[in-house]
Amino acid sequence: MAKGQIVAGCLAPHPPHLVYADNPPQNEAYSEGGWETLRWGYQRLARKLKNIDYDAIVIFTPHWQTYIGTHFLGLPEFKSKSVDPVFPNLFRYNYDLQVDVELSEAMRDAASQEGIITKMMTNPDFRVDYGTITSCHLLNPEWDKPIVTISSNRNTHYYSPEVMIEQATALGRACAKAIEESGKRVVLVASHSLSHRHFVEEAPLPEDMSKEHIYNHSQYVWDMKIVEMMRDGKSREVIDIMPEFTEQTIAETEGGGLIWMLGAMGFPDFPAEIYGYQSVIGTGNVIACWDPNDDTREYVL
Amino acid sequence: MSETNEPEILFGIYCPPHPQPLLSPEASEGYSKLRAAYDECRKRIEESEADIILVYSTTWPSIIGHQIQALEKAIWTHVDDDFHYLGSMPYEFHMDTEFAHSMKENCEKRGLEARTVEYEGFPIDTGSVVALQLLNPDNRIPSCILSSNMYSNRSETIVLGKAVRDTLAQQNKKAVVVVVSSLSNRMFTEHIDPKEDRIHSQKDDDWNRKILEFFDDGRLEDLSQLSRDIHGQIRVQKVVAYKPAWWLAATMGQHNNYDGEVLAYEALHGSGGAVITLTPSTGSVGDKEFDEDDVEFYRGDRNVLDKGTLE
Repeated sequence: MAKGQIVAGCLAPHPPHLVYADNPPQNEAYSEGGWETLRWGYQRLARKLKNIDYDAIVIFTPHWQTYIGTHFLGLPEFKSKSVDPVFPNLFRYNYDLQVDVELSEAMRDAASQEGIITKMMTNPDFRVDYGTITSCHLLNPEWDKPIVTISSNRNTHYYSPEVMIEQATALGRACAKAIEESGKRVVLVASHSLSHRHFVEEAPLPEDMSKEHIYNHSQYVWDMKIVEMMRDGKSREVIDIMPEFTEQTIAETEGGGLIWMLGAMGFPDFPAEIYGYQSVIGTGNVIACWDPNDDTREYVL
Repeated sequence: MSETNEPEILFGIYCPPHPQPLLSPEASEGYSKLRAAYDECRKRIEESEADIILVYSTTWPSIIGHQIQALEKAIWTHVDDDFHYLGSMPYEFHMDTEFAHSMKENCEKRGLEARTVEYEGFPIDTGSVVALQLLNPDNRIPSCILSSNMYSNRSETIVLGKAVRDTLAQQNKKAVVVVVSSLSNRMFTEHIDPKEDRIHSQKDDDWNRKILEFFDDGRLEDLSQLSRDIHGQIRVQKVVAYKPAWWLAATMGQHNNYDGEVLAYEALHGSGGAVITLTPSTGSVGDKEFDEDDVEFYRGDRNVLDKGTLE
């Protein structure tokens, strides 16, 4: 069996606004559009992924928050409706997705062997979080690949951002080992924004782009600093500066997704492809992809 | 409405959000005691003349202001993110939609951003599901659930409580008000045998017991004033502040005149779980006065960031 490999790593923010703006048939809400910079970026990245041969998407989401270890989806199919608890007016999405349980269990076993507290989630009534749904829908609207969702163990809150870096990196290494041994080709997804301070009021028409801007300038400056380092291939430095970034911008990096993904990819020193940056209700969102293949890596933006 | 034109709040309940008392009460003696305390509260609610059960849940975070559950019949099967292996929680809750809509209006009159949510399949949080299933299993009394805005702090939370009072007085409804929150909220980060459950640390236990003394003495306003200390000492810093005591005190009238009763205090995977009742009374045991301004109207941020910036 050939060694499995990570064929791409995507930073894929999950504001439900982006699905809302797309008006897919699965979503009950209707919009007049909005947030095109991000949506068009997602569409371009989705086209790239279509041209990559892969078997499964493994996604780390901060909206499945677990305090007792890291949990993995452990049933082959989940079908239900995901309603965003914060933006239910925008996101009521009927999903029907497949899980690569074999890969999920292999990653769980590898993580356990590394001393990480783990749990398989095998309750059929469990509702898959909207972060998973949003990022996966935007990266693969056809839903023709199985996924694995990994929960966010809340180390940043419970201990510190530094502990989160250690734990999420270890989890990433374990997942990479399991992927290699599985023989599968896998796309990793870290589902989250960068700066994450929201406005607490919403425009009467949420997609009114005349109302959309970053929460404050310091958030923007921080986000640009991180994006610049991603472009320069300084992924290790991104992680090194993350405790400060997370604290200063209330960043969603606190969930550990980007650390996990870059850790699994061995902290790549090649440039990230940048597909777009835009604010959503004040938060900063970048779509980025780390393509380990020198022949297919692009300079997108 | 009472003779003093004040809303009639029959009693308040403080209870934990974890699902063990609902799904696995037999797993430990502590969980059984918590379940028995919930059952006692249910009985008292049934014997009361309450028109509405009003829930403020710390496990329902909101961002766009304050969300108010308004779906007349909320039906779903809930599964907890951490404790999914304990089982599913099917529910059907009947909301007081009239209250919910008036509550929104009264929030706005006091400067708060607020909205009702009325969507089939809306994910009602674990804490609300546990509380309503145990306190009002047959929907004998309509209820309403309020979210806890993740950015809100003291002023906003106190004004939210006052908007509840406005609404109850306006509608002439007798209420039981319920706060769903742990005391100390640090859980063990590994799976444990429920029989060996205990409070995570001595420090958490000491603080919890001090808070329980205050509750037992009916000193709710004093607890409200202690909220920031409590947040710093025994709360994992997930949100900006420990808000339940602010909300409960503001809703129940901002004083120390209650008969407090601690029905149970037990560990829930390391966190402090207590079921407490507070019944309005006369006479005061408080021995403190406070000079922090009371707040009637929420004016939003003070725009400190914009002052002194470069022109």
